[in-house]
Amino acid sequence: MPAERLADELARGLDAPICLTWEFTYGCNLSCVHCLSSSGLRDPEELSTAEATGLIDELSEMQVFYVNIGGGEPTLRPDFTELVSYAVSRQVGVKFSTNGTTMTPARARCFAAMDYVDIQISLDGASPASNDPVRGEGTYAAAVVAMERLAEAGFGRFKVSVVVTRRNAGELDEMLALAVRFGAELRVTRLRPSGRGALVWNELRPTADQLRDVHAFLTRHGEVLTGDSFFHLGPLGDQPLAGLNLCGAGRVVCLIDPVGDVYACPFVMHPEFKAGSVRESGGFSAVWRASELFSGLRQPATGGACNACGSFGACHGGCMAAKFFTGLPLDGPDPECVLGHGERALAAAGGRGVAAGLSPGHAKPGRPVPVAFGGRRLARAR
Amino acid sequence: MGCAASTEPGFDPARAYELHPDVALRPEPFGALAYHYGNRRLTFLRSHELVQLVSELGAHDSAAASMTALGVPSERRQVLERALSSLVASDVVRRRPAGAIRAG
Amino acid sequence: MTVTEMAPATQPVLPAEELPSTTKADQPTAGSPLIEDELLVEEISIDGMCGVY
Repeated sequence: MPAERLADELARGLDAPICLTWEFTYGCNLSCVHCLSSSGLRDPEELSTAEATGLIDELSEMQVFYVNIGGGEPTLRPDFTELVSYAVSRQVGVKFSTNGTTMTPARARCFAAMDYVDIQISLDGASPASNDPVRGEGTYAAAVVAMERLAEAGFGRFKVSVVVTRRNAGELDEMLALAVRFGAELRVTRLRPSGRGALVWNELRPTADQLRDVHAFLTRHGEVLTGDSFFHLGPLGDQPLAGLNLCGAGRVVCLIDPVGDVYACPFVMHPEFKAGSVRESGGFSAVWRASELFSGLRQPATGGACNACGSFGACHGGCMAAKFFTGLPLDGPDPECVLGHGERALAAAGGRGVAAGLSPGHAKPGRPVPVAFGGRRLARAR
Repeated sequence: MGCAASTEPGFDPARAYELHPDVALRPEPFGALAYHYGNRRLTFLRSHELVQLVSELGAHDSAAASMTALGVPSERRQVLERALSSLVASDVVRRRPAGAIRAG
Repeated sequence: MTVTEMAPATQPVLPAEELPSTTKADQPTAGSPLIEDELLVEEISIDGMCGVY
């Protein structure tokens, strides 16, 4: 008989992830301003095809149910289709994220014919005017073409995935209509100050009023997916949003990067949250089961400064990535705490908080630092 | 009795059932995870007793017979039947033709 | 819209009928206190875990 909440049991971690994110490459043909993995150029040390299939074998043995494949732009890997097919053949389902620029009609038909493969098209605005300043000129049009081709190929219910920003928070109904138009499902996720996101977070993060609107939208539309990324908004409502309402990092999910490094989740690709490498002798399973980082995350956490707050049971202190990259303590309020505790903590910390001096990661050289919005187009490289 | 298995509504403990072949059952400390590869639904089975029952359904002529074989006391049957009903509704468990016994 | 304070963390998981349609749980029968708190089956969307794309 279950004696405690499911989320509390899962917070202690499982012997294998339920699913995980695997970034296939740091290479990308785009330079989205908020890229959480600071992608652009391939890393010379990326996993080989043989290493990747070996990892798939391990995931299969661990009964990881499916992998979210991303990057960078994962379809840029020459072995992309081979690896996806191999995963499926080993009972590891696949959902891959793509900017859609490589979605030819032939590829759309090829993916439509594959069982246990799902596709997520990234898009961050309901029109080029709101999307392209974030993702690059022409990216809205390219994404829509990809969606048309998937619909034409009879793919079925693919996903349109939107990172909610100040620029698109008022367009969620339109984006839902866009997804529905192509027979797809809308997915909305939280902007975190991760990767290049740290550089634009203060300008792009939704306002408190917008977050209330987002919560209202999600409450009206239970069919919209969220990747459980808005559980910190829980206190805004009488009941939780759909999902586990739990930080799954290192507990039920994790991230594997293109060179085989294992991180707690895609939003903390930083040495502080690196658990190990699949290239170590014990492979991925040893990292998942025995790394110090994950063992620490699986300990019951005290609420710290949040213990006295009646809403902690709903928000669980929010997102550790959001706290880490804004310089807030991990056992305190989320910077976007809906009760305003995060704002107060940021102010007390003496500044706008976003970690300075972040490495450029795998960004393309010569890419200008994004400038403030205010209606102006971003400068583009080359 | 000659009805198409998938169209008969509700759960009937006198009927034969089985774990859906598209479902992977993964044992966990709390019971098991059930992932349906076809509809991509993830179900948490939070009782070892229920997990064992679901695994054994295919080996018996009826859900009731499975429960008897597992030694389920009568006072537990109602809650397990309700759980099975929920699993049938989400396609984790499905009807199978009576007489077609499969190994568990 | 005002912010509502949630009850402390000791609240049990909400029964199925109050959750959005992506979750489903064992439904207790009225007048059966023995099984009222049993949630043997819970369903979560495979998209419903934080920390993935």
